Amino acid sequence: MTISRKDIEKVAVLARIRVDEEQVSALEKDLGNILDLVDQLGAADTANVEPLAHPLDAVQRLRKDEVTETNQREAFQAIAPATEDGLYLVPRVIE
Amino acid sequence: MHNKSVAELSRELERGEISSVELTQQFLDRIKQEDGRFNSFITVTQEQALADAKAADEQRAAGDATPWTGVPFAHKDIFCTNGVRTTCGSKMLANFVPPYDATVTENFRKAGAVCLGKTNMDEFAMGSSTESSYFGATTNPWGLSQGDKRVPGGSSGGSAAAVAARLVPAATATDTGGSIRQPAALCGITGLKPTYGRVSRYGMIAFASSLDQGGTMARTAEDNALMLNVMAGFDPKDSTSIDRDAPDYTATLNEPLKGLRIGLPKEYFSDQLSPAMEEQVRNAVKEYEKLGATVKEVSLPNAKLAIAAYYVIAPAEASANLSRFDGARYGYRCDDPKDLMDMYTRTRAEGFGTEVKRRILVGTYALSAGYFDAYYLKAQKVRRLIQQDFINAFKEVDVLMSPTSPSPAFVQGEKTNDPVTMYLEDIFTIAINLAGVPAMSVPAGFVDGLPVGLQIIGDYFSEARLLNAAHQFQQVTDWHQREPQ
Repeated sequence: MTISRKDIEKVAVLARIRVDEEQVSALEKDLGNILDLVDQLGAADTANVEPLAHPLDAVQRLRKDEVTETNQREAFQAIAPATEDGLYLVPRVIE
Repeated sequence: MHNKSVAELSRELERGEISSVELTQQFLDRIKQEDGRFNSFITVTQEQALADAKAADEQRAAGDATPWTGVPFAHKDIFCTNGVRTTCGSKMLANFVPPYDATVTENFRKAGAVCLGKTNMDEFAMGSSTESSYFGATTNPWGLSQGDKRVPGGSSGGSAAAVAARLVPAATATDTGGSIRQPAALCGITGLKPTYGRVSRYGMIAFASSLDQGGTMARTAEDNALMLNVMAGFDPKDSTSIDRDAPDYTATLNEPLKGLRIGLPKEYFSDQLSPAMEEQVRNAVKEYEKLGATVKEVSLPNAKLAIAAYYVIAPAEASANLSRFDGARYGYRCDDPKDLMDMYTRTRAEGFGTEVKRRILVGTYALSAGYFDAYYLKAQKVRRLIQQDFINAFKEVDVLMSPTSPSPAFVQGEKTNDPVTMYLEDIFTIAINLAGVPAMSVPAGFVDGLPVGLQIIGDYFSEARLLNAAHQFQQVTDWHQREPQ
C-alpha cells in the first residue's frame, strides 16, 4: 500500500497538524511502511466475525441524570493559555 | 535499605525500626545521587514527599495504618497528580498541573503511600524504548557496567529503570501493547498488566482507550500483589471499569503450584526468538515442572496478525483521544497564532513529537472516509479472532508462558530510525492487550549479562493466580534479586 503526497496533505489537515514541505517524503516512507505492515490484515478470513470494541463486550453504563460535579471553573482556567472574564481566549474567528 | 522490598519496608515501619521520614529521605538522597545516570524521573517531589512521610508517621503512631502507610514509591508521569506537574513525556503537557487526581493516584494517597515523583516515559506512552520522551531518554541500569547505554524498554521505562536501580521499591505503570511487561523484562524486574477494566483509567492520560490498562512494577511478585490491592477495583468514574470485587492478591501467593497446567504457544517460540533467549525461557518452564506443573504446546493461530491489528486500532483511538490537545484550554499553545486553524495546526506540530504525530496521521487515515471499513472495522474483527485464540487456549491450560521480548535490552538509537522495527519489539505482548487478558513479566535469567523476562499470561481476572505462579517461582530462583552494577 503506498500513500501519496496528496493523501498525507489531506490527512494532515484532518488531523490539524501542520506538515512542512520537507517532512512529506519522510512521512510518505514511514506511513507507507506502517500501512504495508497493516495490510497483513487482508489475509485474515473475517466473514461472519463481529468486530470487537471492548474485550469483555461491556456496554456503557447509564447513571442517574443528577449533578455530581462541582463547578471548578477557576481551577481549570488557571492552567489555560489565555482567559478573560471566565472565557477561554482564542484568535478571532469572526471578523 | 534500598534493596528491601515493599513488604519488608512495610514490616520495618510497622515495628518502628525506621520512620517514613527517614526512609523517604534515604530514597530521595539516592535519587539525587544516582538518577543523573538513568534519567528515570521527570519530576521529583521532595517537599511534598517529606510532608506526606511526616503525616504517614503520625498515622502509624495513631494506630491507623495500611501496609502502604509511609512506604515510598513513584508514579509513571501519565497518572494525573493534583498540584504536581503531569507531562506524559510530552512538550504538549510540559507545564500541565492537573487540578485533580487520577483514581489510582487517589487510591495510593488514601493508603498513605509516599510518592517521590513522576517517572519518565515515551511521549504519550507511544514507544518501546523511552527514547521519545521530550525530557530525554531513560538509560537502562543494566549494561552500563559494560560501557553500553541501553534502552530500558518502554513506554514505562522510567518506572522500570527506577525500580531496577533501587531508586524506589515500586512504581505504577501502564500497558497498551506491552508497556509494562517489556520494560520490566529489559530491566530485570517484575511487572503486571491486569485484565482490561480491572484498574481505573480515570485520570490516566489516554492513548488507546480500548487497550490501555494501569498496572504494577516492583522487584518481587509479592510487592506487585500489594500494589494491585491498592489499585484494583470498580470505579464509576471510568465507564469501562468492571464492576467486580477484587480479592486480596496477597492471600493466595503461597498456594502450591502442583497440577498447574502450562501452555507454551508455539507461535511464541518461533525463529524470531534467539536460541539464547529461548534457552532461558525453557529453563524457567523447567523450574515450574519441578514445582509440579504440567506443560503442553498450544497454538494461537491468529497471534501473527496482532501487530497489524494493533497498528490500526491503537493509532485510530490515539488520533481521537489526542484531538483534545488543541492549545485552547490547557497545555502548550504556539506563539502568535494568526487564526484559529493556525493555532491548532502549529500547536500540534510543535507540541507533539515525531512518533506521536506519525501515529495520529496513521490513525486519522485509517478512520477517514473510504478507509474505515477496510482498516478499523477489519482490525476489530481480527481482534475478535485473536481473543478467541486465547479463550480456546484457556479451555486446555491455566496459564500460558512465553518470552516477554524477542531480545534483551538494545543499545540506544539502534531502532529509532525505523518505526516498524521498533513495533516488532512488542511481538509477544501485543496480542494480550487485544484480547484484554492479564499478563506478567518475571525475571528469568540473563543473556550476555542482560535480563530476560518470562511472560505469564492468564485468563480474564486471574491476576491472583499469575501472582501466585510468579511468587512461587521467586521462592526457588533469585533472578529478581540481581542488582545492576
